[in-house]
Amino acid sequence: MLGYSRAQGMALGILIALVIVAPGVLYPVFVMKVLCFALFAAAFNLLIGYVGLLSFGHAAFFGIGSYVTAWTAKNWGLTPELAILLGGLGGAVLGLVFGWLAIRRQGLYFAMITLALAQMVYFFCVEAPFTGGEDGIQQVPRGRLFGVFSLQNDMAMYWVAAAIFLAGFLLLHRVVHSPFGQVMKAIRENEPRATSLGYRTDSYKLIAFVISTFMAGIAGGTKSLVFGIATLTDVHFSMSGEVVLMTLLGGLGTIFGPVVGALVVTGMENYLAPFGAWVTVTQGVIFIACVLAFRRGIMGELGALLKIDL
Amino acid sequence: MFSIFGIPAPLLFGQILLGLINGGFYALLSLGLAIIFGMLNIINFAHGALFMMGAFVAWMLLNYLGINYWFALLLSPLIIGVFGIVLEKAVISRLYKLDHLYGLLLTFGLALVIEGLFRNEFGSSGLPYQIPPILSGAVNLGFMFLPIYRGWVVVVAFVVCLATWLIIEKTRLGSTLRAATENPALVQAFGVNVPRLVSLTYAGGVALAAFAGVLAAPIYSVNPNMGSNFIITVFAVVVIGGMGSIIGSVLTGFGLGIVEGLTKVFYPQASDTVIFVVMVIVLLTRPAGLFGKTA
Repeated sequence: MLGYSRAQGMALGILIALVIVAPGVLYPVFVMKVLCFALFAAAFNLLIGYVGLLSFGHAAFFGIGSYVTAWTAKNWGLTPELAILLGGLGGAVLGLVFGWLAIRRQGLYFAMITLALAQMVYFFCVEAPFTGGEDGIQQVPRGRLFGVFSLQNDMAMYWVAAAIFLAGFLLLHRVVHSPFGQVMKAIRENEPRATSLGYRTDSYKLIAFVISTFMAGIAGGTKSLVFGIATLTDVHFSMSGEVVLMTLLGGLGTIFGPVVGALVVTGMENYLAPFGAWVTVTQGVIFIACVLAFRRGIMGELGALLKIDL
Repeated sequence: MFSIFGIPAPLLFGQILLGLINGGFYALLSLGLAIIFGMLNIINFAHGALFMMGAFVAWMLLNYLGINYWFALLLSPLIIGVFGIVLEKAVISRLYKLDHLYGLLLTFGLALVIEGLFRNEFGSSGLPYQIPPILSGAVNLGFMFLPIYRGWVVVVAFVVCLATWLIIEKTRLGSTLRAATENPALVQAFGVNVPRLVSLTYAGGVALAAFAGVLAAPIYSVNPNMGSNFIITVFAVVVIGGMGSIIGSVLTGFGLGIVEGLTKVFYPQASDTVIFVVMVIVLLTRPAGLFGKTA
């Protein structure tokens, strides 16, 4: 079903059960943060894991989603579902433009171009009037879902965030296992051959890029409602680095890896926060360790151990 | 004082000078990136961190050992070069058989570790580094005051870029290097120790970054974040210039510095983004970069 094998279906069941149980065990706001980053990382993984494109500037789309949702929820009083949807659209529109530009170059150049474009967005957000500069957009109201259900309560917000995460996660998985996804993987394995088979690889890359940036925008928008704030941190370059780290640690091109990676990295930041710059050092060490010795990531290794694709 | 386009001349030329200084740093850094990329096929994300380390080594030499700016200008690139050899031998060399993207991720991790450690040790507020006495002060050129140190930085950066170009294009070592970039297996068959050449290339590239770091120390405060602020802009410079030609990197670096300086005069709000805008225009018109050969 939905392209899941039996083992993957069971893993998905475990994931859903964990999402339901988690707020009873852990602080709900923390779990919501993990879910937002997990969706963000899953969106990023769609590109690096399945098309082979390393976007080193994904914070731009996450951040724009965050700003658009926060601004429309606060200034237009939009209901949360509409504000988040607009955040996703903001990410997608920006992704369409950036993808169209960056796809002109391949490999390392693609990574450098996305990074540079994202830095441009960051500087734009520092200057632009509607982002509130260093202060960001604060006190964003969570509003009422469909204009009816208030999300002021953390648990109410939690179920909405969980639903958004699961829907996005399933959709991304569906994309990977569709005929479209097969072409994506063909491009990753051998682009000239995909071209010679008659596929317009640039169009496929661009569509995958837009889907990914839409989901990144949704994740950013949800995050801004959960915390009631959208700031420069969301568009900053280090956020791009974090999402790369989450995906790499969890396992590039695995289904559940980005979720596990998001949990580990977010948890680590929480516990190491009092130690200042040691967070950066630890992240760097994990990067190096993953690249040198642990390229399949947590879920990749686990999958290899159990002989299933996770 | 006369004025040009309604801008007082000292302001205009002052900003162009600042632009040239930044341009010199862009040129030195993108030159190192291009040399390393040519030989190792990796984008050295740690380049900014090593630039920062170059400045810090100069600061430490002065404050711990009393070694002055002039010796630091030689010693710091040497020390960072040796550090580069250690990095290349210990970790980077393990990646040559893998997808090039792993090199980017690994050096990004290295940059995080280095910057994090320096931030722990020195904080992020920045440490002052005095301009050496001979180069302090300013001269009146008639149309502007030229702080001597700034003029010195522009000239030295240009001379070092030119020297690098001469070494690579006109010497025997350079021709071996270019041959090894084209076809390492063949060059190895001629009895050249290619792995050692690769290590030395990495060392040379990062030594250029460290040299730029020492030059930058008296201008900017010596600060653990000084490299990461630069490196992304340098990536844009590399995309604009293309990594095919040495002279291309140098011209692009200086040229973009001037463009940035002029933007600060005429439309300051855009001065942080102008290089990225230029990158977009270049991508639209010449996707391979101004001096690039292949797409």
